Amino acid sequence: MELGDVIVSATGIEKYFGDNHVLRGVTLEVRQHETVMLIGRSGSGKTTMLRCMNFLEEPTVGSVRIGDITVDADPLHARSRAHRERIRRLRVRAGMVFQDFNLFPHMTVLQNCIEGPTRVKGVPRDEAIAIADRYLEKVQMIDKRDEYPSRLSGGQKQRAAIARALSMDPQVLMFDEPTSALDPELVGEVLSVMKELAHEGSTMIVVSHEMQFCREAADRVVFMEDGVVVEQGPPEQVLDAPQQEATRQFLRRFLDA
Amino acid sequence: MAVVEGSTANVPTAAIVEAIAAAQRRRKLSYQLIFAATWVVLIGAIVLALTTRFDWAFLGKWWQFILAGAEVTVELTVCSIILACVLAVLGALGRLSPNPVANGIASLYVSLIRGTPLLVQIFVWAFGLAELGLVLPLFWAGVIALGVNYGAYMTEIFRAGIQAVPRGQREAAEALGMPERLIMRRIVMPQAIRIVIPAIGNDFIAMIKDTSLVIVIGIQELLFRAQSAGRQTINIMEATLFAAVVYWILTLFFSYLEQHLERRMARSDR
Repeated sequence: MELGDVIVSATGIEKYFGDNHVLRGVTLEVRQHETVMLIGRSGSGKTTMLRCMNFLEEPTVGSVRIGDITVDADPLHARSRAHRERIRRLRVRAGMVFQDFNLFPHMTVLQNCIEGPTRVKGVPRDEAIAIADRYLEKVQMIDKRDEYPSRLSGGQKQRAAIARALSMDPQVLMFDEPTSALDPELVGEVLSVMKELAHEGSTMIVVSHEMQFCREAADRVVFMEDGVVVEQGPPEQVLDAPQQEATRQFLRRFLDA
Repeated sequence: MAVVEGSTANVPTAAIVEAIAAAQRRRKLSYQLIFAATWVVLIGAIVLALTTRFDWAFLGKWWQFILAGAEVTVELTVCSIILACVLAVLGALGRLSPNPVANGIASLYVSLIRGTPLLVQIFVWAFGLAELGLVLPLFWAGVIALGVNYGAYMTEIFRAGIQAVPRGQREAAEALGMPERLIMRRIVMPQAIRIVIPAIGNDFIAMIKDTSLVIVIGIQELLFRAQSAGRQTINIMEATLFAAVVYWILTLFFSYLEQHLERRMARSDR
């Protein structure tokens, strides 16, 4: 699908955990309908970068814009009411899918999907259910809509979590290693849902090690190392003809493993 | 069916499986029977030993009077545990609050109450406050004393329960844009309550028995009535043992309720 305007831009993001300088000035822009994949070895800062983009981690320096909301990092006033409220509005525009699913165990799949829309966005219950049903259909979880998460397989849980994120009608979907906690035979069903979303024009930022998915679904690959972006470009360029030595090393080690 | 001694080679597998299941059923049944018999024998022995010089006529005359006190005991227990739960939730939120004043209040509450005897606290609520001009009805003085006391212990239970909810739950709620209060109310608390129910049930059982302490301020609950009935004809032992049996039956009943509730809450658990 034709890419649109820049809809997400994270500018000059730096993050310290104590003395540990995890992100050293990362800028990432994502255009509407674009699927961007963040790759890099563990500890490279890719997950931290993703979590900084909806302020699950407060960046030390930098700013994030999603749609019409911009939030500047303000770690000294991280608890102030006004700052929390800006962050909250930013988060409503971003859907997040976690490695460990984090479905609410005391709610059914459907209740998980309508909790955000009804309680946060004030969508009427009937309407929220209609929206949730549509997305549960899309991720092929409609027959499990009244089950509790404890009765689902890992792949089903993750698809339900994707439906929950979609039900907020976010402007961008963020995936934090969505298949890393899954048994190998369940990875495919989650990736195929994600692929479909990418091809239909969802705007997505994906942290993952799934290179096959990267080739089939990503518009752009961003390789990170030691808290900076080392190289980025279309998957065939970055994966098959990397320009930087660090990228080559990572890919060599990765393909060997 | 012919079974060759010491060999199962010629027996169909289904028969072996069935034989194993039957043996397990027999073992389970005999276990339960012996268990029940143990109780019957022990209780019989205890009753015989304690009632050799028992004045049954006294109990025949007074049991209804004493038993009426159980109603007050249950009312005290229920009211006190409700107050305790409210205080415990507030206390736990205070203990976990980044606000130093809230945390200070909650910590002092827990420390003061846990550091002084319940009996002393009962006197203070009933008579200490009266000296300051605040006269509470005795029943409610008892409820406040018990509720405030148990609330302090349960504060720590709730705090642990809230902290036991996985961090990812809060993050998922934050990512949906839920504000702090909503996260607490809709996501964290419902899961924390599930975690603390066994501990709260335990405290409820303990509370049933601790209500007997309010006898010192003259609330006419189970033990009070037993004592006043027993004193008249010097049948203290009969009256007290009868009260003990009623306490025991109450605890059995409420532990049964608690287990039932626990099982119901566990239905959606991971």
